[in-house]
Amino acid sequence: MSSFSFSLEEFSRVFDALGELYALSGPKRFPGKGRFSGTDLVKYAPLVSFDELELDEKSSMSPKSLVFPPDETTFYFNGDEFTEAPLEDERETVVFLRPCDINGFRRLDAIFLENGGTKDPYYLRRREKLHFFMIECATSFENCFCVSMGSNVAGEYAVALRFGQDSVLVQVKDERFAGLFASGAPSEFTPEFVRENARTVEVPDVDEMPPELFLHPLWDEYDARCIACGRCNTSCVTCTCFSTRDIFYADSRRSGERRRVWDGCHLDGFTDMAGGHSFRKKKGERMRFKTFHKIYDFKKRFGYNMCVGCGRCDDVCPEYISFAECINKVAAALKGGDAK
Amino acid sequence: MKENPYRPFPAKITGIKAETDCEFTLTVAASVAMTPGQFFQVSLPKIGEAPISISGFGPDWIQFTVRAVGRLTNALQELRTGENLFIRGPYGTGFPLDTFRGSNLAIVAGGSGTAPVRPLIRGALDGSLPVRSLRVIAGFKSKESLLFADEFDEWRTKGEVLVTIDKPQEGWDGPTGLVTEHIRAMMLDDPADVQFVVVGPPVMMKFAVAEVRLLGVPEDNIWVSFERLMSCGLGKCGHCKIDSAYICLDGPVFRFSRAAGLID
Repeated sequence: MSSFSFSLEEFSRVFDALGELYALSGPKRFPGKGRFSGTDLVKYAPLVSFDELELDEKSSMSPKSLVFPPDETTFYFNGDEFTEAPLEDERETVVFLRPCDINGFRRLDAIFLENGGTKDPYYLRRREKLHFFMIECATSFENCFCVSMGSNVAGEYAVALRFGQDSVLVQVKDERFAGLFASGAPSEFTPEFVRENARTVEVPDVDEMPPELFLHPLWDEYDARCIACGRCNTSCVTCTCFSTRDIFYADSRRSGERRRVWDGCHLDGFTDMAGGHSFRKKKGERMRFKTFHKIYDFKKRFGYNMCVGCGRCDDVCPEYISFAECINKVAAALKGGDAK
Repeated sequence: MKENPYRPFPAKITGIKAETDCEFTLTVAASVAMTPGQFFQVSLPKIGEAPISISGFGPDWIQFTVRAVGRLTNALQELRTGENLFIRGPYGTGFPLDTFRGSNLAIVAGGSGTAPVRPLIRGALDGSLPVRSLRVIAGFKSKESLLFADEFDEWRTKGEVLVTIDKPQEGWDGPTGLVTEHIRAMMLDDPADVQFVVVGPPVMMKFAVAEVRLLGVPEDNIWVSFERLMSCGLGKCGHCKIDSAYICLDGPVFRFSRAAGLID
């Protein structure tokens, strides 16, 4: 492991050299594309140059789409023939991301590569090509609660970076990238991690959630407030749910595709069965289902909590629902306290 | 990809039998080992995919009993003998045959819930699942909605079989009323020495299990099977998760003592 220091111009050249060898992805600003008039959208996108890397604002969408695209063709149909959809971009990918998101990938791996003992091949073929370049968080963003979730620290990265006003410090952990950074001045840099957030949550620690908590009045508020838009699901780095959709082409009914598309536990139809039966019709029940998955029952299965505290769900909710606050309400209710 | 668990294989339809005006049993040719209670992901390219439980099987054939109530199942109804069904599986945890072998087996099934328990009854009949005694209560909406009606007499050669319809109906002289009433009337010599299977719509299972509990049958001896929307069958898509359990992996068959704690 070795560390280097670069001026911004020097780093920009290294960035270009990196881009010759790898597909580069990171948070990027799209001016005027935000939710409100006159605001920008920050999301993960291919990067062409260093100045496209957005460092001042949290991305509203997570990097999970690199391994789990919102809409992915799994098979092409020609009559009754199933042909596996090829991977369109065979390049190795470098993704610039923050510690919470690295921990988020650990959770994605748990579902796609470990659960049930089956490795999802569509996920795996993208995941194997991914290299983490960790952006050090000097301070936390609004709504972050990674420290409470224990996901402020990450160790699984190829390269760690500190972006300063006039320098970039780099720690290279994965030898495959050593050559690219060898031109830098030697440095003692090791990344530091955020140790406190403005937002804190109390994460309930129970082996079995008492049945009363499933029916607790704290969920009622969300019946009216949640509009089932699913933004919390789509922005979440750890939400992995999908549905299978077959389509046929308009000009040839013999041909078509099987796709998997993002789905979410807040969305209508998520539990609808043929014949009309469905579960969790009320939005509050969906909020309860999601909350317990993120901070309780995933842990029962895998040993650690699913939520990484990135706070994106709070950033994007059009109804100003705070997931962090909801976690605190559950903790308070468990103590028999005031959970209104 | 070396292994793609999402790739189904074609299974030729060798028989189609109408059960009711909207339900039918498809027999397909396939040599796969399976356990009663398991299910397959059944699909038709360009239409869709859905989990369907096994309603019967042999060394080289599988049966699926389907109700035409959705996009895929409506399309399945249009299929003819000789055409292909696309299947992958079997998935899930089936019934605990080792526990059922040599037991006093009682089965309560409601409507389409008779499909997944039918292989247990067939096993008791053909000797592959030897039981000390067999009792079946099967409940249907009406005499028009009976499934496997032509087999009831055969089932009765092995045990006590009660088929009930919800309300009295002209042309029906058999038992009527919900399965719960008939569970209540059951006489069990030793409730702790019975293995009880309850499968049906969610509301029916809830009340049927409550009646079975009142008979004195221990929670550990009651077995239920859940039905949920699924997209993968592999523990990835998330649709069937309840609490920390995935119905596709840890179920669909659960011991009631485990199932009781699963709140949707």
